[in-house]
Amino acid sequence: MDANDPIPASVIGGYLGAGKTTLVNHLLRHAGGRRLAVLVNEFGDLPIDADLIVGAGERLIAIAGGCVCCAYGSDLIAGLEDLAGLPDRPDHVLIEASGVALPGSIGAALSLVPFFRLDAILVLADAGAIAAQLADRFMGDTLHRQIASADLVLLNKADLVSARELAATGSRLASLAPAARIVPAHRASVPVEIALGLHAGRAWRDAAGAGPTHVTAAFETLSCVLDGAFDVAPLAAALARPELGVLRAKGLLQDRAGRLMVLQLAGGRHETEVVAAKGARAGRLVLIGQAGCLARNAIGAAIEAARCR
Amino acid sequence: MFTIYEARKILTMNPARPLASHVAVRDGRILGTGSVEELAGWGAHRLDRRFADKVLMPGLVEGHCHVSEGVFWRSVYCGYFDRMDPDGRIWPGLKSIEAVLARLGEAETALDHRDLPLSGWALDPIYFGSRRVDRHDLDRISVTRPIGVMHASGHILNVNSRALDLAGLLRPGISHPGIPLGEDGLPSGELKGPDAMMAVGRHAGFDREAQASDEPGLRQFARLCVRKGVTTATDLANLLPDEAVDMMLRVTGEDGFPVRIVPFRRFHGLGVGDLIKRAGELKARSSDRLRLGGIKLFADGSIQGFSARLRWPGYYGGQPNGLWYIAPEQLAEALELALAGGIMVHIHTNGDEATELVLDTMEKVLRRRQGPDHRFTLQHCQLADAAQFRRIRALGFCVNLFPNHHYYWGEQHYAMTLGPERATRMNACASALASGVPLAIHSDAPVTPLAPLFTAWCAVNRLSAAGRVMGGAERIGIAEALRAITLGAAYTLKLDGEIGSIECGKRADFAVLEDDPDEMPPERLKDIRVWGTIQGGRVFDAAAI
Repeated sequence: MDANDPIPASVIGGYLGAGKTTLVNHLLRHAGGRRLAVLVNEFGDLPIDADLIVGAGERLIAIAGGCVCCAYGSDLIAGLEDLAGLPDRPDHVLIEASGVALPGSIGAALSLVPFFRLDAILVLADAGAIAAQLADRFMGDTLHRQIASADLVLLNKADLVSARELAATGSRLASLAPAARIVPAHRASVPVEIALGLHAGRAWRDAAGAGPTHVTAAFETLSCVLDGAFDVAPLAAALARPELGVLRAKGLLQDRAGRLMVLQLAGGRHETEVVAAKGARAGRLVLIGQAGCLARNAIGAAIEAARCR
Repeated sequence: MFTIYEARKILTMNPARPLASHVAVRDGRILGTGSVEELAGWGAHRLDRRFADKVLMPGLVEGHCHVSEGVFWRSVYCGYFDRMDPDGRIWPGLKSIEAVLARLGEAETALDHRDLPLSGWALDPIYFGSRRVDRHDLDRISVTRPIGVMHASGHILNVNSRALDLAGLLRPGISHPGIPLGEDGLPSGELKGPDAMMAVGRHAGFDREAQASDEPGLRQFARLCVRKGVTTATDLANLLPDEAVDMMLRVTGEDGFPVRIVPFRRFHGLGVGDLIKRAGELKARSSDRLRLGGIKLFADGSIQGFSARLRWPGYYGGQPNGLWYIAPEQLAEALELALAGGIMVHIHTNGDEATELVLDTMEKVLRRRQGPDHRFTLQHCQLADAAQFRRIRALGFCVNLFPNHHYYWGEQHYAMTLGPERATRMNACASALASGVPLAIHSDAPVTPLAPLFTAWCAVNRLSAAGRVMGGAERIGIAEALRAITLGAAYTLKLDGEIGSIECGKRADFAVLEDDPDEMPPERLKDIRVWGTIQGGRVFDAAAI
């Protein structure tokens, strides 16, 4: 990554007990060479598994694999600026929201800090508890707002409910967050590529034809080599349509003006940006979805529709 | 040898002898009140007649304020209302944006380096019609130094172009609900809500955490207390890192320090268990003039910031309901552990739904665990209705209501946030008393000025700044209001056995007044002149402080 590229940051939200801390630890264990920085509101109930910690200071905990965890206190923005100034710049930031916080507001606050870009809002929901939580007299509307702000809803503890209940809960959440993708999970163990997107280096290797590497049997990857020029922003918007089943996408494509564009997609959130060439070859697109859910024909049609003629 | 003070009148708040002409003081405590003959029985004494034309009442207790009032006075006062600073100077209220800019401009010329920040506070542009302050206004004062002006509500900050630039926000393409854009697509300079404010605030001289351990600010705050007759004041709340506690112990322990400070540890940065443990450690470090060991929880936000949690039908303009700052599970754990550990808890609940959550949670906790005489206090609790006050009483809570709101923002609550009925019901002091709820009233300084007699006036008259009576049925009498700013507030701090009334055995803490509250008509209660205080038997003349 170039030192001037914005650092991708993900917001991890959801009510108490939904699995936010489990997800953070899972990602730290499977960071795959990424230097992750975890920002937590407070060190109160320490969010990092003890065996991952290699050193602890008052405001910063060092974690195996070059990762860190910082408490930002009452000033998220100062916490982010501190991270951007670390000698080892993190590759990706995870902001763990408190159980009653609105992840959308944290995502909006991210836009106020230079050096960062909002990668995705991940909201966890406890498959067995979320229905009651959404109906709670005090917390219900807060839970609705959390879910509605998600790009990806991780429907966690999916193994603890019946298939039928899981399906019903999944469609309920989908109706609350029409732009989001609902991903069932067990102990928050989703592939790191789903939670954090495709690691730049690895994604391009995959695109060259190596096929899926870290993605488990529950997910599938589609890698395309796409020569020629594309209308990249419309392509991103098309790939974000829920019926295509794309959870994550990353592309490096040439646009109509001959510029090299990077395309990033997380659920309904997508963005495209001009990048410096850096020796990378344009014409790659990698997509991830749940196994059997990637609508290959529709995806192919979307790509062809965006091809410049 | 002890001292007998003679006064024109002593309002003791002790029902056994409510009025007296003399009070005897030894070792900073009260031997008794009565006539010289009665008091002479204690032995050799000297008679001090310097207060023979003054009125003494118990030292006033401010149960919800922030020591940061003393820090804010280092910034330029930009408020609409006249306000007294720690030097006793009254800064006239500014009635137009031009007047605000003129005062800021004057302060600017006194700063040396061209890039030093200039900060102002207490701006209230709602009184200036529809015209908003924007960065171009502040740019007229300086384009080289960052300028920030905090609004009176604490929810909005106005900054100039330089401050935006330093924060990296003087650019197009900003999309944030708290950052309105001007016609040129750049931020207008108005920043709403904590995230937007913090992104820029520290470039313009505002740093909330630093205020917690600000020694000069604490000293200034104490001077203001003397001018307002306050002998015990809370700092609600503070993160209380060790260095702040060390500083506060040292400063409050100085012979000439005139006020007892009661800081509460804010629930932040620690888990519930560690918070309770920390509160216990802090409690053990208490001194006479620094009473540690309480904790402060936040259930919701503020009404004027639309972040308070309201019950149906919600905000008057249909705005979405506010924000929770604690989950019920955390609240339950904190209440339960605090009861077990004998830790005092004060809970910020502005909206009535936040109050309801605390009541429901406490009811469950009290079914599991005894909580004798816990006196947990609902702070602000502005929208509680009669039914909630009955539950508050039944569950053993106290309330500390905020009648100053009627004066400063009553009209806004009436027209914009709550609508007429709830705006005239809020801070229902009479209902609280009718239900037998222990009552205190507060300023939340620096949000509104530290001045318990003014707060009492607000509770007695319930007038808005525009002169409208905001719910006459909830007015309380002068005696009730004076009790709320002495014994009432002391009760919420579990200090009513030590302070709050003038009687044998209590601390010799008095407010020394030029005027007699008994003789003041209710509408002039706020005009009572304060000579100074006696705190722990030490005399503090406001004119010399």
